[in-house]
Amino acid sequence: MSRMIALLDATLACPVAGVSRGGVLIADDRIAATGLIEVPEGAETIDCAGLVLAPAIVDLGVFAIDVPAFHAGGIVRVGLMPDQSPVLDDPGVVQRAALIGRPGLWIHPIAAATRGLAGKDLAEMAVNRDAGARAVGTGAGWISDSGVMRKVLSYANDLGLVVIAHAEDGGITDGAVATAGETATRMGLSAAPSVAEALAIARDLMLAEETGAALHFRTVTTAAGFDLVRAAKRRGVSVTCGITPAHLLLSDIAMSDFRTFAHISPPLRQEEDRRAALLALADGTIDVLCSSHDPRGPEEKRLPFGDSAAGMAGAETLLALGLGLVRDEHLSLDRLFALLAANPARVLGVETGTLAIGAPADLLLCDPHSPWQIDGDRLHAKAGNTPFDGLPVEGKVRRLFKGGTAITLPA
Amino acid sequence: MQRSDHRPASLIPGRAVFPHRHLTGIEGLQPHEILFLLDEADGWVAANRTRAISDKRLGGLTLINAFFENSTRTLLSFEIAGKRLGADVVNMHAAQSSVKKGETLIDTAMTLNAMRADMIVIRHMSSGAVRLIAGKVDCPVLNAGDGQHEHPTQALLDALTIRRRRGTIAGQRVVICGDLLHSRVARSNILSLTALAAEVRVCAPTTLMPAAIERMGVTPFTDFDEALEGADVVMMLRLQNERMNGGFVPSNREYHLRYGLTERRLALAKSDALVMHPGPMNRGVEIDSVVADHARSAITEQVEMGVAVRMACLDVLTRRSRGVAGWA
Repeated sequence: MSRMIALLDATLACPVAGVSRGGVLIADDRIAATGLIEVPEGAETIDCAGLVLAPAIVDLGVFAIDVPAFHAGGIVRVGLMPDQSPVLDDPGVVQRAALIGRPGLWIHPIAAATRGLAGKDLAEMAVNRDAGARAVGTGAGWISDSGVMRKVLSYANDLGLVVIAHAEDGGITDGAVATAGETATRMGLSAAPSVAEALAIARDLMLAEETGAALHFRTVTTAAGFDLVRAAKRRGVSVTCGITPAHLLLSDIAMSDFRTFAHISPPLRQEEDRRAALLALADGTIDVLCSSHDPRGPEEKRLPFGDSAAGMAGAETLLALGLGLVRDEHLSLDRLFALLAANPARVLGVETGTLAIGAPADLLLCDPHSPWQIDGDRLHAKAGNTPFDGLPVEGKVRRLFKGGTAITLPA
Repeated sequence: MQRSDHRPASLIPGRAVFPHRHLTGIEGLQPHEILFLLDEADGWVAANRTRAISDKRLGGLTLINAFFENSTRTLLSFEIAGKRLGADVVNMHAAQSSVKKGETLIDTAMTLNAMRADMIVIRHMSSGAVRLIAGKVDCPVLNAGDGQHEHPTQALLDALTIRRRRGTIAGQRVVICGDLLHSRVARSNILSLTALAAEVRVCAPTTLMPAAIERMGVTPFTDFDEALEGADVVMMLRLQNERMNGGFVPSNREYHLRYGLTERRLALAKSDALVMHPGPMNRGVEIDSVVADHARSAITEQVEMGVAVRMACLDVLTRRSRGVAGWA
């Protein structure tokens, strides 16, 4: 007899079916029923009154494998960036990454699009796909040679692999640690104009359109960038894009006082771009909300701003900050989980991210109103470099299931 | 305007006039606090000129000049300022020190702190480095230039020079010309001069102009001739050699053509306009020799004011630890 768990009387937040009251029946590793369910004999029952039951988060584009942080944040699958040591451009490395988190965390490696992420020679995409890669990517850098980028897109398209690109023109951002503007000028930081992003997007969109390849920008953060993506989607280009809560909620002013926790990549933008991001979130231009989880300890952050490493610990704050966006009426609860689960799953080509019958029982149960204060020193992540340090938020994960198995949340 | 020839300490009501523990930048200083430092420095100018002073108020205190970036004149100026006040001055050239062995900035700062320095003067190539150190040590920290961020004593000595030569700073039309993008001198001067109600114009090719500079209360120009019209003060910035030759401007001679301060150009400013340069100068590039050596040039006076300003800063910042009445 199969193992059954009935989650009852929850607010269901399904990216496909919308928000409703009801329950979910887990049978083994799958969802067996959704909505008004009959509890079979022998099933374990869990009362979920007052809680939100949603698909567990698929975090597309993380830089580190940090299981406690992911679980605390309601994340059971991640798209792992190729910028690892060693780089994910070899089947052995890819396969190891794909298996290392199981069973509690499924890692979907994004293999390097070019060998060593050097932007010159095509990497072995088919070999790496067979080793477990779900996409290929440019990593945190940009492929400056348009000829190489065109080959990457057309070759990946042959294999049905999505290309995950970093949208910053490296010629313009060379050496920059901030977005050009008043804050960077006052702080005396090397800065690049935000047009660097739109330039990169424009080129890659043209190439994606021409080659027919599927393209995902890990983060788009500027008004001009959103305009390009929006227009390309209307033309039918196969493009999707993501953003982090930091780019939706913070502007470059957060860098003031040389706060290196606000040194992230792409850098925080100006207020107009942040507002444009909220509009792009509302109108559907943005497909994915991701953490860009990149824990960096004091040896990389307790430095002068320009010498510090870019990156933020974002996994544990992703859900609470997303729920804040719902509370502030920037998006609906079901759409939040489209951005956190269904859409990133679709980009990676994995069948999860909904509460549909037959879907894998990757589920999170959260209390959307449970208050807490973000405290970098108390996160479960390898390092607490969050730009939201000190911010009061609401929303905590209560239970987490990966393939029907309850995951022990970190204390 | 000569404020006072008296030794200032006895005239000061107390630390309420300057409540800051460190001097990491002009940012955060109120106009009256800047003026207080200028008044203090004015007294030291007179004292230095008499050559008869014997003031050992910093006697027994250890001043560490921690210079993570090469410098000759600023280091010398701080060393002289400290010694004139009787401090034991130690110079640390970090370019040849454990920093090269990979020690982090914080560790270096903790080391200096453990040696019980009474005052640390820091120059560093990274913006914000001085503030980072200031948060980690027990003694006052003075910024002698951090990256492209601030160089507050330079701005103070420039303000003092302007005030002494022009009588006032308020309402003066000051043109700052040169590599504003990479200049901490420009940032600190913009902050102090706008705080003291000068009209500040900045001039540079757009490749060397920081974004949104007008938000700092200045008017940007790309045409030097236009910027110079009616100027009371022309402040030239040094153009680093490595920025030349196609990096940010095509060549020395092209830079000189557009932004070199020549006699002809100087004639566009007011007839009694003051010429300033923080040094070291590239003669024939950003400034012609005839202008640099002109009677209207205050360039050597700036150096003199530098010592006085640094004496004032060292004195004021150590008053608390020295237990000066009203400051403890």
